[in-house]
Amino acid sequence: MTMRIRVNPIACEAHGVCAEVLPEWIELDEWGYPILDGEELPAQLLAHARRAAKACPTLAIVLSGE
Amino acid sequence: MTQAPSVTWPRRLLASVGADDDQYAVHLDTWGALPDVSGAAIVEAVEASGLLGRGGAGFPTGRKMRTVAAGASRRPVVVANGAEGEPASGKDVLLLGRAPHLVLDGIQLAARAIGADEAHLAIHRGSPVAGVVRAALARRTATDTVRLRLHEIPSRYVASEESALVHYLNGGEAKPTFTPPRPFEQGVARRPTLVNNVETLAHVGVIARRGAKWFREVGDADEPGTLLVTVSADGVTRRVAEVPTGTTIGAVADRAEVGRDGATAVLVGGYFGSWLPAAYAWQLPLTHRAMRSAGAALGAGVVAILPPASCGVAETARVLGYLAAHNAGQCGPCLNGLPAIADALRRLASGAWDERWWPALERWLAVVPGRGACRHPDGAVRFASTALSVFAEDIASHRSGRPCPAASSSAWLPVPRPPDGWR
Amino acid sequence: MTGFSSAPLWYSTRSTAIVAFVLLTASMFLGIAATQRALASRHWPRFATQDLHRNVSLLALGFMLAHIVTTLLDTFVYVGWWSMAVPGTSPYRRLWVSLGTIAFDVILVVILTSLVRHRLPLKLWRAVHFSVYAVWPLAFVHFLETGTDAAHGRFGLWLDIGAMLALVVAVAIRVATTNEPIGPLRSVAGRSR
Repeated sequence: MTMRIRVNPIACEAHGVCAEVLPEWIELDEWGYPILDGEELPAQLLAHARRAAKACPTLAIVLSGE
Repeated sequence: MTQAPSVTWPRRLLASVGADDDQYAVHLDTWGALPDVSGAAIVEAVEASGLLGRGGAGFPTGRKMRTVAAGASRRPVVVANGAEGEPASGKDVLLLGRAPHLVLDGIQLAARAIGADEAHLAIHRGSPVAGVVRAALARRTATDTVRLRLHEIPSRYVASEESALVHYLNGGEAKPTFTPPRPFEQGVARRPTLVNNVETLAHVGVIARRGAKWFREVGDADEPGTLLVTVSADGVTRRVAEVPTGTTIGAVADRAEVGRDGATAVLVGGYFGSWLPAAYAWQLPLTHRAMRSAGAALGAGVVAILPPASCGVAETARVLGYLAAHNAGQCGPCLNGLPAIADALRRLASGAWDERWWPALERWLAVVPGRGACRHPDGAVRFASTALSVFAEDIASHRSGRPCPAASSSAWLPVPRPPDGWR
Repeated sequence: MTGFSSAPLWYSTRSTAIVAFVLLTASMFLGIAATQRALASRHWPRFATQDLHRNVSLLALGFMLAHIVTTLLDTFVYVGWWSMAVPGTSPYRRLWVSLGTIAFDVILVVILTSLVRHRLPLKLWRAVHFSVYAVWPLAFVHFLETGTDAAHGRFGLWLDIGAMLALVVAVAIRVATTNEPIGPLRSVAGRSR
């Protein structure tokens, strides 16, 4: 199962909850917006990634490839 | 360096551009009536011709048509993009204003090819070609089977982006949307939508008449045909020339009768394109392939030769100001990053520079691309980054507080202010 | 069912009511706290507040259910099983019990939609979720009018005042929260434009 994580930059309002939940993969830029790696997520981060998607206040985190 | 032997410059799209009286008659004289070919034959011909989209992306048009037609569980739609958002480009306005029937033919034929029953043509609000296009449409009511609606969209840079256009046609603002799904899957009214630049559609119009083999007789072997290029230089504003693909930039300048002496830098593609050193640019062929390996892109076919009296840094700063003002305000990295970059470049150009800005500028150029819903920030960063590289010497002077004397008066590239509203 | 009443049941229904009401109020407060950027820190991230809000809400729901069941089991006052879901069916204090029923129904929908929030359109989830602002007053009035404790005695009084104050403050904060991200043009020196 290969999963990738993206952000919908239009829906994103820089709440930063995703970076709290998944700091191993998501970093915030100086304006508070997430910087995400587009590569495949390692297996041990999958559960956290799903949680990050659920925790986003604007549902801007999108998972694909399950 | 000796001049290349003079080439016979083909006049295809610009063949029917003649006097202003009765464009329709001139068009019929040059090209004949709308050809009676089947949709399938059109797709095959376009595919075999190797025509690449002329809006900037350079995607194979035949493949796009096939994909849209195949995805149709609902009737597809044709959208002709004539909203020339690129200020340094003038080819779409020229085509629509002087050879509208080729474009309108192309729209009908593309619709036939994909089985569409509805078509839209977008131009900018207040465009000088609106009247001409309407008049042309009125002459064709007997021959056109697919209903075409003309739309005048806000004249903003990002409004002519594919998803922004579709969003506008769906009743929304002319702002890009998050993709997927892309318009070819779900576009106008959620139907598969073929979005093509008007120049591309004009080529479809001639390919359907003369065939793929004819189309391939001219231009580069892998990216054949002709290309409309908009040349700007000292005292030359948006001169459009039709050239075979693969023509070098230097030859294009000669074709457009534009001087090359003393030029140090050339902007290729558009404001989302790249600066290149002039000496290097002159021998670069105009193909997507060659541009890519030069770290540039063909884009909208813009070739802008920096006048020797202008300051490249100042021009870059002005354009970044334009691009920053024209963002859709939807994505954080773009709406924050572009004004920051523009601000830094403005200081660099004016001489009110503080070295602390340099690491910030480099950081912004690294962190902004690829993080918007559309390619606007990517293009802006490419424009700025290539400028930093090509104008390195000037920049060093500006950084040490010695801006060129031309900097404050340099105002060559057009930077129109955005209109109000997005509808 | 033959008459079944007992002091333990009655005390249970009252006590679970009080706890449910307090938890409901706390949950609203936590929900609003979860929207505040300013409250996030390295030691207490926003997702912690989100989770707390969720857990307190579920707990509140649990106590609400306990309150309802103990009420229905107690035949000293006949309320009727229908009034668990359908308002207007209780012969006892019809209006005030109905308010409780409505509050419970809506809160149940709010919680269920929140459990599948990421599968719903955001606007729909928001509209449903915001209805708690209308529902809390209903629950409060139900509490006042049907409850033994709310109207009588010092404890009840402080509870009522406390709850109302808490809500006024919470709603004021929520209304004042524009929740805009940091704007553009933060200069290098860090000053915002």
